[in-house]
Amino acid sequence: MLSIKNLHASVDGKPILKGLSLEVKAGEVHAIMGPNGSGKSTLANVLAGRENYVVTQGEVIYRGKNLLASAPEERAREGVFLAFQYPVEIPGVSNIYMLKAALNAVRKARGESELDALDFIALVKERMKLAEIPEEFLYRSVNEGFSGGEKKRNEILQMALLEPRLAILDETDSGLDIDALQVVARGVNALRSPERAIVLVTHYQRLLNYIVPDYVHVLASGRIVKSGDRTLAQELDRQGYGWVAQEGAAASA
Amino acid sequence: MNPVNEGKAAYLDTLAAFARQTETREVLWLRALRREAAARFDQLGFPTTRNEEWKYTDVAPIVRAGFTSAARDPAGADGAQLSRYWFENLPGHKLVFVNGCFSAERSRLGALPKGATVASLAEALIRQPQALEIYFGRIAGESAHAFTALNTALAADGVYIHLAPGVQVEQPIHLLYVVTPAAGSKMLTPRNLIVAEEGSRAAVIEHYVTLGAAAYFTNALTEVAVGPNAAVEHYRLQEEAGDAYHVGGLHARLGRDSRLTAHAVDLGGRLVRNDVRAALEAEGAECTLNGLYVVGGRGHVDNHTHIDHVKPRGTSREFYKGVLDGRARAVFRGRIVVHPDAQHTDARQVNNNLLLSRDAEADSQPQLEIYADDVKCAHGATVGNLDEDALFYLRSRAIEASQARDLLTYAFARDVLARIALAPVRERLERRLIESLMHRAPVEELL
Repeated sequence: MLSIKNLHASVDGKPILKGLSLEVKAGEVHAIMGPNGSGKSTLANVLAGRENYVVTQGEVIYRGKNLLASAPEERAREGVFLAFQYPVEIPGVSNIYMLKAALNAVRKARGESELDALDFIALVKERMKLAEIPEEFLYRSVNEGFSGGEKKRNEILQMALLEPRLAILDETDSGLDIDALQVVARGVNALRSPERAIVLVTHYQRLLNYIVPDYVHVLASGRIVKSGDRTLAQELDRQGYGWVAQEGAAASA
Repeated sequence: MNPVNEGKAAYLDTLAAFARQTETREVLWLRALRREAAARFDQLGFPTTRNEEWKYTDVAPIVRAGFTSAARDPAGADGAQLSRYWFENLPGHKLVFVNGCFSAERSRLGALPKGATVASLAEALIRQPQALEIYFGRIAGESAHAFTALNTALAADGVYIHLAPGVQVEQPIHLLYVVTPAAGSKMLTPRNLIVAEEGSRAAVIEHYVTLGAAAYFTNALTEVAVGPNAAVEHYRLQEEAGDAYHVGGLHARLGRDSRLTAHAVDLGGRLVRNDVRAALEAEGAECTLNGLYVVGGRGHVDNHTHIDHVKPRGTSREFYKGVLDGRARAVFRGRIVVHPDAQHTDARQVNNNLLLSRDAEADSQPQLEIYADDVKCAHGATVGNLDEDALFYLRSRAIEASQARDLLTYAFARDVLARIALAPVRERLERRLIESLMHRAPVEELL
């Protein structure tokens, strides 16, 4: 589904990703771990198409097409979803407007008919239960005045509603208490299916107790330096990132 | 003679002709007031950009054009054309002024409570001049600029509203100022006087529109006296043609524990200047000024507000927002003066400008002068572009970039309209706002 080859990317002229390669197949859950500043969030933002993240080398093929050539909204219509590390507050635009616009744009791209108001509300309410979001949040401005946990649950709601083919969660677990973490995990696990792929970007292995990944990759200095199964995450939890980074540096030398 | 002086000469000729016509018809005090105003206009002359108050607003096009007064002829506006300017589901009193002249035929005045007067100013100046004498021209006073003097010297019609103590007019009074092609290259000088005595209440909507595009000049002035415990809600909605010039003034005096809420919405006009002056002359007065300007092309909108906190415990709130596209230019200057006696004043002022194009420009100048020591005063001014993070967030949710921009722009501007208490007025303006956005259809779908 997703094939990243030798990806180099810069932010404000500063190289962050330096030759990252990754293969993700449908049905798989990949965890990308790594210390702060290793390029985890840069990867997530490059995949979503953020403009100030400049790809200088390499390629990203998504479902057989060059992902980097599409605008962010086209990627979203093709089934790419980014759960933001810092969801943006948008005063004056109500959550329900955004959800409806987003869902109808995605449905249209999938060749499905737009939902009428009643069907839409029914669907949103069902997905809100999964994300454990009270109904009043629908009518509030997007993320405005939401707590950190509420913002993350709102991301899960959007993901559950849009049913992406490729979901990228950028440190969705950071700063969450155990209850909110379980909500996020439930949302992700509900989405797991043979047709979908999920990339979890995370600093801690805690989330992986609830979402069991098929693969774990360690990112250091803009490259994947080690890959393994879930036991790698547990090892990182015990030993920290130092040893992998050193191992990676030795390997590339 | 240079073109600017030639322009002024045309206005002086208009003044002289008006004086000859009205000399024998008007009462003594009014003639004296007009003479003084004409002399003041001559002495002040039109402001230039060397004048600090007019630094960013060049009125030379108005001067050069030498607009003359329009003929007094209330016919010519088609009722069907007017109907689109009425608010849906808003019962109330409707007064129509065609090219500055009251049209009884087009107006619909409902039943008013006893003690409420809503009349054409021209008629009131003939029938009950003594009632107007202590207010007319006295509220605007001499502090104002040449345009005010010009209006006072020439003003023939508009509305006169008087509310006796305790009178509450439940339905809003909608004043529609229509300009037809017959008034092309003319000057219109609507003049309104609203006197709300103790404990009275009313909502007044001044609404300026154009039927057919014609370059002309509206020079409007409204005086409001808000008595003790009285409440006046005032709207100034300007949606004139793109080649119209508009200079407007709202001058208010607020009594003890009184309340004035004024909304100013500018959606049209080539060159627009509004002055709002409110004096909180007694304890506990409350003044709220909200403003929205949406300007494109080469449009220019200048809002000057001036609030005088004269006595203790006064509250003022100002909230102005502007959306600028194309080569549009906006000016906001908000002056708040807290006089030595005005302890426990609570004043807050916000002006936010959204620039949608590289060539648009906004100048925002808060001016606080505080001479009392126990007061709360705050102000904030911003000029900026759409939030890139919000734009990316919406796009990452499959929303088209152009639609995301319109949605964010709409949300920015609607923030002002949300403060409008009269739902039919608010809803109409929201629709007009959507129409003024470039990709209105997709935004409409969302709402």
